Amino acid sequence: MTAVLVIATMAIFATMALALIRALKGPTIYDRIVAVNVFGTKTVLVVALITYVTGHADLIDVALVYALINFIAIVAVLKLVKMRDLAKAGEGDITDG
Amino acid sequence: MAETVINVLSAIFLLAGGAFGILGGLGLLRFPDFYSRLHAAGVTETLCAVLIVLGLVLQSGFSLLTIKLLLILLFLLFTAPTATHALARAAMVDEVEPEVIAKQSSENRPAPGEPSSNI
Amino acid sequence: MRYVVSLTIVLIALWLAVSGVYKPLLFVLGAGSVALVVWLSLRMEVVGVEHNPVLYSWRLPLYWAWLVGEVVKTNFHVAMLALTPSRIRPHIIDVPVPHRHAVAKVTYANSCTLTPGTVALHLTPETLTVHALDDRSADDLKTGAMAQRIAWLEGSERVDAQ
Repeated sequence: MTAVLVIATMAIFATMALALIRALKGPTIYDRIVAVNVFGTKTVLVVALITYVTGHADLIDVALVYALINFIAIVAVLKLVKMRDLAKAGEGDITDG
Repeated sequence: MAETVINVLSAIFLLAGGAFGILGGLGLLRFPDFYSRLHAAGVTETLCAVLIVLGLVLQSGFSLLTIKLLLILLFLLFTAPTATHALARAAMVDEVEPEVIAKQSSENRPAPGEPSSNI
Repeated sequence: MRYVVSLTIVLIALWLAVSGVYKPLLFVLGAGSVALVVWLSLRMEVVGVEHNPVLYSWRLPLYWAWLVGEVVKTNFHVAMLALTPSRIRPHIIDVPVPHRHAVAKVTYANSCTLTPGTVALHLTPETLTVHALDDRSADDLKTGAMAQRIAWLEGSERVDAQ
């Protein structure tokens, strides 16, 4: 069973590599953010898989927290890129509803 | 016996999840414009995550670990569309032109690979 | 008030589910965190009908089951397209949003984004602008099956009109 877990982990690593290539190639800033978002989601899955490979049940909390932080980080980066300021609101703001 | 069935099922889920991850990554790399890449990112964020988490859940049975895994899945499935929509919205406001076939004129479509003004 | 109570119950359940260590000190800390989050939510004015986690009653799990089926189907389709990128025909379509409540409209837009092949670009009270990867994804949405399901989901809602 460990072999299957390791293969799945490798597959996720491959996905992360593909996302990194897209993040490096761009061409727009949004392509890079999409790639980083995918990378973050895959990190959560890799941490969950590593929990089972190593048997350290505590690691799952890391994945849980990362899943939440990843989303907030993406939205924060997006706002920072658009508004150049996390506290400012105005035209084109993604958080203006 | 039941143990073997669960193990095989779990292995199928995990491998399928990995395969969908790679397919989504490939799409992310090969699709021509930003908006179609969002769809490829969607593949890795939905089915890939669902299959991997289900595969792991089958391995641990009912325990605290399972609850946490399902919580991770819930968070991922709630945040993924929100993040995708925020990205699409931001790109639209920033006038990243989608390469569309129907609707809209095509003369102001950016050439493939042309960097946007935002870099 | 009932929204404060339901939020508190959900938060307590969440805390019990992720804690795993049940000792008096940690119960006190957990109660403190729940109280803090409820107070912060009240201060942010996000406690109310739109943010109620138990809004849709028993119909929600049934809708989720259907949605997971849809997600699996569309995922296979988009995965095939990823192998042959030349076959994609991206276009932008507008679909009507027939629902009454804001929660239902947002559920529609989010479900649409969750199924690969369609991404919600813009939501107004009447229409949803969608970027579709190819004709099949667009046609799936145009049939209105998803909108109907959400109308059914909305039908169970006994919210006081605010």
